[in-house]
Amino acid sequence: MTFNWRRWLNTLSPVIALFVVFELFVLIAPSSFATARNMEMIARQTTIVGIAALGMTLVIISGGIDLSVGSIVALSTVVIAWLLHYAGAGPLTAALGGVAAAAFFGLLSGVLITRLKVVPFIVTLGMMLVVRGAAKGIGREQKIDVDPAQLRWLDELLASVPKDRSWMLLPPGVWIMLFLAIAMAALLRYTRLGRHTFAIGSNEQTARLCGVAVERVKVLVYTLCGALGGLAGLMQFSRLTVGDPTVAVGLELNVIAAVVIGGGSLAGGEGSILGTLVGALIMTVIASGCTQRGYPNWVQEIITGAIIVIAVALDRLRHRRTT
Amino acid sequence: MAERIDSQKPAIRLQMQGVSKRFGATIALQDVGIEVAAGEVLALVGENGAGKSTLMKVCSGAIKPDAGLMRLDGVPFQPGNPLEARRAGIAMIYQELSLTPHMSVQENIMLGMEPSKLGVVLWKQVRQRAIEAIKEFDNPELTPDARVSRLSVGSQQLVEIARALAIGCNVLVLDEPTSSLTQQDVERLFEIIGRLKKQGKAIVYISHFIEEVKRVADTVTVLRDGRVVGSKDVKAISTDEIVSLMVGRQVEELYPRSERQAGEVVLDIEDLAGLHKPKSASLTLRRGEVLGIAGLVGAGRTELLRSLFGLEPVRKGRIKIGVYTGPASPVKRWMQGAGLLSEDRKEEGLALSLSVSDNVTLSKLKGFGPFGLVLPSRQDKATKRWLEALDIRCRGPQQSVQSLSGGNQQKVALARLLQHDVDVLLLDEPTRGIDVAAKALVYKLINALASGEAVPALRLAGILPAVENKGKPDDVYRDSPHRQPKAVLMVSSYLPELMGVCDHVAVMCRGKLGPTYRIDEVNEHELMLEATGK
Repeated sequence: MTFNWRRWLNTLSPVIALFVVFELFVLIAPSSFATARNMEMIARQTTIVGIAALGMTLVIISGGIDLSVGSIVALSTVVIAWLLHYAGAGPLTAALGGVAAAAFFGLLSGVLITRLKVVPFIVTLGMMLVVRGAAKGIGREQKIDVDPAQLRWLDELLASVPKDRSWMLLPPGVWIMLFLAIAMAALLRYTRLGRHTFAIGSNEQTARLCGVAVERVKVLVYTLCGALGGLAGLMQFSRLTVGDPTVAVGLELNVIAAVVIGGGSLAGGEGSILGTLVGALIMTVIASGCTQRGYPNWVQEIITGAIIVIAVALDRLRHRRTT
Repeated sequence: MAERIDSQKPAIRLQMQGVSKRFGATIALQDVGIEVAAGEVLALVGENGAGKSTLMKVCSGAIKPDAGLMRLDGVPFQPGNPLEARRAGIAMIYQELSLTPHMSVQENIMLGMEPSKLGVVLWKQVRQRAIEAIKEFDNPELTPDARVSRLSVGSQQLVEIARALAIGCNVLVLDEPTSSLTQQDVERLFEIIGRLKKQGKAIVYISHFIEEVKRVADTVTVLRDGRVVGSKDVKAISTDEIVSLMVGRQVEELYPRSERQAGEVVLDIEDLAGLHKPKSASLTLRRGEVLGIAGLVGAGRTELLRSLFGLEPVRKGRIKIGVYTGPASPVKRWMQGAGLLSEDRKEEGLALSLSVSDNVTLSKLKGFGPFGLVLPSRQDKATKRWLEALDIRCRGPQQSVQSLSGGNQQKVALARLLQHDVDVLLLDEPTRGIDVAAKALVYKLINALASGEAVPALRLAGILPAVENKGKPDDVYRDSPHRQPKAVLMVSSYLPELMGVCDHVAVMCRGKLGPTYRIDEVNEHELMLEATGK
């Protein structure tokens, strides 16, 4: 087989874009930017959005969208804190409980979308408020504090790697994200669920004609997205060490932006895990670079917004040329 | 509006000379020339990919030619974009209509050129000009306030033509105008083409239906591989000659028919009724048999197949496919050994943005790797056999389906049924919008599937893929899944095709399926009468 340059270039183009953005900041930001320490920090800061974006990639490939992710992250932190504080659960049980609660709401979105035949945008918009409300209810509209002694390993997930464990290179949370990313990429490419997700996003009618259990696949996709949102919530909790029902407001938009910058199409049928991770990284690199350069927050926001539009415009341009 | 035309020598309206166009390495057009006079209908025929569409895109300004000259009413003319061409008087009416369905007829006709004052639309004038444009057509359905989405496809097409006339276009290009029309609408369209001719319009008519071309056109130009291979007066050329020119060789028997042996009943339905259509349908289909369903568009034939396949609800009636009784979902139907080829390739039949390989294997993603995994390399391997066997022209199994021609897309959709190896093939308009060569292959394939014993021969001829020989030479076909004859239920609006391919035929009219006839008991005329409910 001949080596297909164009295909590789297409797959790698988001990575190249990331490299360009990174190098740009290396040039203009202080010399501390290109250090290993800073890169570790970028990886750590990407983890929450990155993990949530893995699930969102699946949803967007299937032609849907999930606006409830931000709320689900908050819910997950609250449930974890509640289990630790009130139920006296161990860290693992609490973490699993948070993820399960998140997966339940993902499942609920999926069921509502397929049973009521209401578009995902509306269902998950409603779910965004429902879940946020539920999180506030559980926390009685307040943060749930947790006794530091109960945390054990929970606060180490995203902490900088201590000297005595430098063999780990990256904090465990980042490793979890990378492992999940590989698993998701394999799921999309090598399993029937993955191929069916692409088919539904590309043309739902064709999928139905070909005997794909469209409803079941969609429910699974939203459940997975919820569960990954819950895991992102676990990372968020690890960082805050409190259950905060008001955290991650608007996070879903960052998550969607990561998928879209990485080549996902809101029309469905397109998207990749590698692209999504790169999309999430690009946003963190910009944020980090701007902070180190001393730009105020509003400049960061303008740059990030511009990058989203430019990335998608370039992607369309590339498409027009290849097809 | 009508112009005086010198009956001796009608003025040449549109002239294209020496038009050439290359896309990378492929030559799309080479030194092509056409001429259309006022009051003349020029038919442009050729297989898919012969260059008809490219030529018309040059003419309408969508593509810039590499070389060549165009004249409009004798004046050199070089449109930079479709809008310029339209303003100059060339209108394209495409296969896919370009109307805004939520708006009214008058709004659609005047869209983009609404008379206005200070940005305010002058609705009185809009209405007046729209009425003027549609009164020609004399069609009760067409009123200025009617919502376009409520109109029949035929009437929608007339709105499009009215739009062209309202700007004062003198050259009309009709691209496959009849492919989705009912017989009545076709007749009405032909009548209107006749009137436009009398008004001195020049018309370019692109079609796959040679019978139509012979009826409606004055001259016919045949394109093949981007060149003009013949241009003749329609009266001076036979249908066979046109076909030979199109494919560049003598066509063998278009409808091959090997001996078919009717086996056990594989599909039996009784008094089936859907939500609206069909109202009642009963039929019996055996292995080794091709049963055709004739009828007009909208008679409920598609709905019959879809409710059989579980894509539309069944209200009452009995369905038996193989040993399975009762309605079932598409998931089940595939497992029971039935497959449906959709009439609408683009909207339903194929996932256009996915690869050929994904489309062929989508209905059965099993057996492509260990632990239930789906390995793309194995999908590709399975698909490659069909690429060769069905002569699907593409760069490879990973190419996305949307860039293939219509005929090749249809072969991909058919390959799915073959790859799944279904016993009952439900084919809805299997030859819609594909070229003659692809049609011939579809007919050959249906025949091969229905007459089981012909399949080995076809396999040797490369029509079906070879089976790996595990034992003695005699065993070659023993393990072959294709050895058993298949049963084919085929819906088509094209009667000659049904007459050529089927063993039995039944007619559907207003949701009711009539009795089944042996194909030698009936003729086209009788079928048409039954279809129109007379």
